[in-house]
Amino acid sequence: MSQPTLVIGSINWFRYASPQSFYPLAGAMIPWFAWAAAVLCAAGLYVGFLVAPTDHQQGESYRIIFIHVPAAWMSMFIYLVMAFWAGVGLVFNTRLSHMMATALAPTGALFTFVALWSGSLWGKPTWGTWWVWDARLTSELILLFLYFGFMALQAAIDEPRRADRAGAVLALVGVVNIPIIYFSVQWWNTLHQGASVSVTSAPTMAATMLTGMLLMALAAWMYSIAASLHRVRSIILERERGADWVAQGRVRP
Amino acid sequence: MLAVLRTVIHRDLLLALRRRADVATVLLFFVIVVTLFPLGVGPEPNLLRAIAPGVIWVAALLSCMLALARLFAADFADGSLEQMLLSRTPLGLIVAGKVAAHWLVSGLPLVVVGPVLALQFDLNQSALGVLALSLLIGTPVLSLIGAIGAALTLGLRGGGVLLALLVLPLYVPVLIIGAGALDAAAGGLSALPHLLLLAALLVLAAAFTPWAIAASLRISAE
Repeated sequence: MSQPTLVIGSINWFRYASPQSFYPLAGAMIPWFAWAAAVLCAAGLYVGFLVAPTDHQQGESYRIIFIHVPAAWMSMFIYLVMAFWAGVGLVFNTRLSHMMATALAPTGALFTFVALWSGSLWGKPTWGTWWVWDARLTSELILLFLYFGFMALQAAIDEPRRADRAGAVLALVGVVNIPIIYFSVQWWNTLHQGASVSVTSAPTMAATMLTGMLLMALAAWMYSIAASLHRVRSIILERERGADWVAQGRVRP
Repeated sequence: MLAVLRTVIHRDLLLALRRRADVATVLLFFVIVVTLFPLGVGPEPNLLRAIAPGVIWVAALLSCMLALARLFAADFADGSLEQMLLSRTPLGLIVAGKVAAHWLVSGLPLVVVGPVLALQFDLNQSALGVLALSLLIGTPVLSLIGAIGAALTLGLRGGGVLLALLVLPLYVPVLIIGAGALDAAAGGLSALPHLLLLAALLVLAAAFTPWAIAASLRISAE
């Protein structure tokens, strides 16, 4: 049986589906993404806190969006990426894809939590309350529960292969349900209360605010990639501890 | 193929009939949880009317979830599940039969008892019919989605609590739409849109979940 190949340029990308060859590659990539995250974060915070003007309605408290919006974006996007790798893992039976899904979950949950937390810090001065049952808040909270469910299921199964595949099915079921949950929550919300508060009708932003937010979003991307690559390296070492290349200590890139 | 479906349903119903206590436990749980709420929040009729849809639906959700742990556990323990996995009949079909039988024993009683319990909350006549109808359409969805969780957590330690964590977030749409139907009916509006949406969820779940349940069972029994 021949090896599956995916040749783009002069590199066979399936080579990196093997944990052994991906491990040094990930190790080489982490510093780049980590530094990019640090630099972008510093630039984003500088623009956000020192350059961007004070909002004439919300005052200084609006500056939470520089953390909040990128975190909310990442929280949803990471779930999609996680489900994508879970699907790839189920179809191609590649262990590394499952490891990637496992490695992404804590980062996704972290961003979901940060989005909720910073949102409630922003809600207190702006809406006068820590929490409202706004459609977005509610579906973000349910997203957090979905992340927890995924992590708890994988943690409860000792055998890695079963943990991978069970988690993958759950991630895919979750991703199908996310739009249904979102629309049902949104619809429930409009049914129950009038438009007392709405996150959607944000005032048009000054260009510097948008720049700061985009810089922070890029920083969040870079951080997520660096953190999940780091985590996937640890998972590879843990799972492959019986393999020759780990046992012989050839683990540095 | 349909003969297999009928056999599976018949077998599971027979097994349930031999152990009636299991069925009764879930039903009693439902009754007790619903009864606790008036004791907790006080006998003020307006308040009770306002919370009734949510309370009855949340209690239905929890009862359905409690019953799930039994869905595959016995078959897994005595090895008949492996025979089903090896069978020539598509696993999705067998699983659909098992879920149908499970719903008949754990979901259908809730449909019957729900409206009676709603009387405690002083709901009006038309709302009672809507409640029964919404439970009738909604509880099969709960059984279908829950079966995925039951299959994934098969034989795991701490399975029950884990199952709740996996399944309850996925139940949110059914809860919202089901309670919404009751809310609309109690408020004098038409509950038809809610019921149609619930029916749409049922069609979607019936079409797709058997595949997911079958895949989960193969993973768990590997």
